[in-house]
Amino acid sequence: MSSALFRVNHSSGTPLYLQLMDQVKHAVETGALSAGEQLPTIRKLAEDLVMNPNTVARAYRELEHEGVIELRHGLGAYISESVTGRVKVTRKAQNVVQSAIERLASSGLSEDEIRRLVENELALLRAEKISGGENE
Amino acid sequence: MSNFAIETSALRKSYKGTIALNGLNLEVPQGSIFGFLGRNGAGKTTTIKALMGLLRPDSGSARVLGLSALDPHNGIAIRRRVGFVTEDKELYPYMTVEQIIRFTRPFFPKWRGDLESRYLDIFDLPRNCKIPDLSKGMRSKLMLLLAVARGAELLILDEPTDGLDPAALEEVLRELVTLSASEGVTIFFSSHQLAEVEQIADHIAIVDHGRSIVSGSLDDLKARYQRLRVVFERVPNGEVRWVDGVERVEQEGRTISILASRNVDGIVEQARSFAGTSVEQYPVTLKEIFLEHVRNN
Repeated sequence: MSSALFRVNHSSGTPLYLQLMDQVKHAVETGALSAGEQLPTIRKLAEDLVMNPNTVARAYRELEHEGVIELRHGLGAYISESVTGRVKVTRKAQNVVQSAIERLASSGLSEDEIRRLVENELALLRAEKISGGENE
Repeated sequence: MSNFAIETSALRKSYKGTIALNGLNLEVPQGSIFGFLGRNGAGKTTTIKALMGLLRPDSGSARVLGLSALDPHNGIAIRRRVGFVTEDKELYPYMTVEQIIRFTRPFFPKWRGDLESRYLDIFDLPRNCKIPDLSKGMRSKLMLLLAVARGAELLILDEPTDGLDPAALEEVLRELVTLSASEGVTIFFSSHQLAEVEQIADHIAIVDHGRSIVSGSLDDLKARYQRLRVVFERVPNGEVRWVDGVERVEQEGRTISILASRNVDGIVEQARSFAGTSVEQYPVTLKEIFLEHVRNN
């Protein structure tokens, strides 16, 4: 139940609860946390990281909503059993991304160029979803 | 009972023709750690004095834990339930740390001996030292002890971290987080240090020229504000009428940089309809939000 897996950057423009959510998900994907394992309590994590307990609570609530963790009343937060299937999907996706990146890198693109291309595509995809929604 | 520990509406105050508060609206949610930000002279201390009942605003309302702070009859009830740390940390010059604690304790029936000893210990306060001989940082810690140990439901702190070195600052911030997490205390603190506000606040208000110009959940503000960089094949002709949420547009050649305060997806969509070939999105820090608004105001 250590808080050492988590480290937020307070002065970043990325919302802190999203940073925390990403780190929990990342820990699950890498296997640092697995199904059934307990997360630190809201109070402990807030004290260890010196951050707002309501923000930690929000991250935990959202993670519960996404099915990554289970909040057991009075007992704490646990990594959900259902993440096992999700981990398999992300492991497969990792292979797809890996081969795509290897091909891009071998065509001479730099790390930054690849990152920007990916981010640009994601931004366009999101805008497309929104305008698609309006046309329906 | 309202969900706000502090609520002010259209609060106004002038001193000899100088406007200190110009219609200040504030809503501090129960249980939040609320960072009250602004430049020196923006109206932070005047607001806190009004909440303490130390000055009479010209108009408007101010409620603390549901009680009107402008009604002198509520003074004692408010002080029993609210701990204040003021900017002026003079205290009683002839007392020692131990003496001022013993002097303060009987005024508060809910005095928390456990918190008193915890803070004496954690803050390493020298019990037998006379108050004028304490460093500025030690005085800040002592004020905080006296405010917290009365069993306050709400803390109103004016620059509580004034004079603290980085190690002491971290200790005090951690104690405030603990108070919030374990006791559910609402903490309202003013500061012009963005870093400490970002570290522990979940809600903020930026006050400038006596008005609150930005307020809300800090994470929601960070999610709403984005910087977009759009590259066009050819620059759109004439003046573009941007959709809602565009705060500032800067153009350099075929690149346009946009600061958005909301509606990011709508703006991306619009940029793309002008044949924007690339749209990059960057997060915006609290510092950028602060400077953007305080500069424009």
